[in-house]
Amino acid sequence: MDEGSELSLTIAQIVQRLKGSHLHSQIERQAKECLHQPEIKLESLKEDVRSFLKTSGWERQLQNAVYRELHVQLPPSHPAAPPEHLKEPLAYMRKAQASWEKRVLKSLNSMSTELGVPLARMRPAAEQKELSNKWNEMGTDEPDLTSVRPVYAPKDFLEVLISLRNPNHDGSEDVGVRSHWGLIQVPLNVRDIPQLRQAYSELNLTSGQLGIDDHAHIHPDMFENEYVQIGKKVVLEQDSAAAQQYSRQGCPTGLRADLWALILNSTNQPQDVMYYEQLTAGVIQHDLLVDNLIYKDVKLTASNDDYYFVFEDFLYQVLLCFSRDTAVLEHFKYNSATPPKSFIQGKGEDEESAVVYPPNGVIPFHGFSMYVAPLCFLYNEPSKLYSVFREMYSRYFFRLHSISSSPSGVVSLCLQFERLLQTHLPQLFYHLRQIEAQPLRIAFKWMVRAFSGYLSSDQLLLLWDRILGYDSLEVVAVLAAAVFAFRAENLMEVTSLASAEAVLADLSTLKVMPLIQIFLFATAI
Amino acid sequence: MSSSSSDVLLPVDSSIKPPVFLHLGDTEPLSGVCVLDVTLPFGKTVNVEEISFKNHYTASVSMRLLRTGPPSQWVTAVRDLPLMENPHTEGGSQDYCCIHRTQDPEKEVSDWLSDLTLADQHTDLEGLPPPQSVSSSLQQMFALTEVMMQSNETTASIGRFHVDGCYDINLLSLL
Repeated sequence: MDEGSELSLTIAQIVQRLKGSHLHSQIERQAKECLHQPEIKLESLKEDVRSFLKTSGWERQLQNAVYRELHVQLPPSHPAAPPEHLKEPLAYMRKAQASWEKRVLKSLNSMSTELGVPLARMRPAAEQKELSNKWNEMGTDEPDLTSVRPVYAPKDFLEVLISLRNPNHDGSEDVGVRSHWGLIQVPLNVRDIPQLRQAYSELNLTSGQLGIDDHAHIHPDMFENEYVQIGKKVVLEQDSAAAQQYSRQGCPTGLRADLWALILNSTNQPQDVMYYEQLTAGVIQHDLLVDNLIYKDVKLTASNDDYYFVFEDFLYQVLLCFSRDTAVLEHFKYNSATPPKSFIQGKGEDEESAVVYPPNGVIPFHGFSMYVAPLCFLYNEPSKLYSVFREMYSRYFFRLHSISSSPSGVVSLCLQFERLLQTHLPQLFYHLRQIEAQPLRIAFKWMVRAFSGYLSSDQLLLLWDRILGYDSLEVVAVLAAAVFAFRAENLMEVTSLASAEAVLADLSTLKVMPLIQIFLFATAI
Repeated sequence: MSSSSSDVLLPVDSSIKPPVFLHLGDTEPLSGVCVLDVTLPFGKTVNVEEISFKNHYTASVSMRLLRTGPPSQWVTAVRDLPLMENPHTEGGSQDYCCIHRTQDPEKEVSDWLSDLTLADQHTDLEGLPPPQSVSSSLQQMFALTEVMMQSNETTASIGRFHVDGCYDINLLSLL
């Protein structure tokens, strides 16, 4: 397809997506209402209305909405390519994802059967009332969770990734030096340090960074004061693209909430608040088995975390609503995963009685609540917190627990981590492999959670600034390699997996930006 | 393969021989080159618009055409068109591809193009799209957006996950 028709198609797709959106009707209404204004002249109607929409900020909102669509739009494809090819072009990855999903569904079905708890049930009126009354303190009254176990843990998922094989790959040669060093055996294209230096040029040693140049012993006039002023301007302009670019060097604490909301085009208008309230109504009406998974997960992870235990109630609210949100189903267009399906009892198996379970198609796993926890520091209004989380999940976090060939997908991140270590710390990699402490076995749990719960919260937010700024999870793989590089000396002395784990058990004192900067820009190549 | 008559693309009945892998000399090793012979229907003149195929780990493709004589002559229509960015990594390995009649190779024009006897079918050699195709894509774009405006479909989701209030479901379907 040539560039001209690609562009036409992209434009048509975006127009289709925005049509019928609330923004569309708002702009239409504004355009109609502005006709009363004296400066709108009949002879130059079109230009005058356009100019009104521009000065009143509506054009900027439209620009932000278009920018958001560009983030999630599928690249243009051949007309013969079926939808599953668009979700994931490699057949063997689709197959692996489908078989992993089947395992997870079987596990959930068994749990339902063994516990004698239905996948979903309507709450009786009294129970609905009770839940509604204690909506803000759900943490105080948890159901009996002793027999609920997480459907899977990251290490189960890692085993599946390790077993991925490209059927076209000729494995008949003897063990090659490079291919069998690490655990990931699929030849995805991942970037090495020279390429990363170009892509992440704003992180280089000569650029100011929040997380480095805002340190107490550096005078704020050197960088911080001016940078914050620029940030304030960006927020005032309400420009998504500018906010994203700005975020690459970090977001000032006081501006981060607004900047992230801008980048994600996450609004908190009355209709968003109403939508959130509809979701809470969905929680109150129906009880889902996955709710137990959420309770259990929050109890096991966030509630035990020094930084996040105070947000326990928020986490229940957000995650229970998230499970009921059918708008999340949109992201399956570009996610290699498929939402689980079931049928209404007693109605046979035809399409009219087919439903998705849970309503948002996402089955939470052990650690899932850690995707939400850090956001609680930024947003204290539940509907706003929810809106930001949903967008972050739909753009980034879903890639951390599905099998795909995407450069931001967990398989690529794992391979990139291994390759970076192999290339730049070969002695360390060799040593760890010799003592049967494959580095990925340690780093995987960090990457699946995008380091949430492993770093101190202020450092984590600085890392997530860059995920948003560069619209990619690559920086997570880079940080993982940088952590190993930082602790290389200690790691060279250990003689077992357990001691290697111990060296890397506590990351709470690490400063992420210096580590990333040194690894990318001060490593000798 | 599709041909055009007026504005409609029709599939062309072509017979494709099994692929032949070329060897260096008489025995192994494989050269990494494979040849596919495609025969167009005999006795008919066909105006080929595009050739569509699904890739399976081919790094690049060249296309040669045997012009019927006299004298019959092999000409190269497409040389080393990359299908995979890097032959050692997965990018593009299983993609759906299309070689269009007017497609220009992305690399700079080289001498061999002047040998092409099909050259009269290529409308330009400078890398700029011809004005007709630009204006036709713009027209396409306006037409598409017009259709979008007129249709009453909206992409706003309804939001209900149950069927008439009921969400009592069977165990998850494993199909």
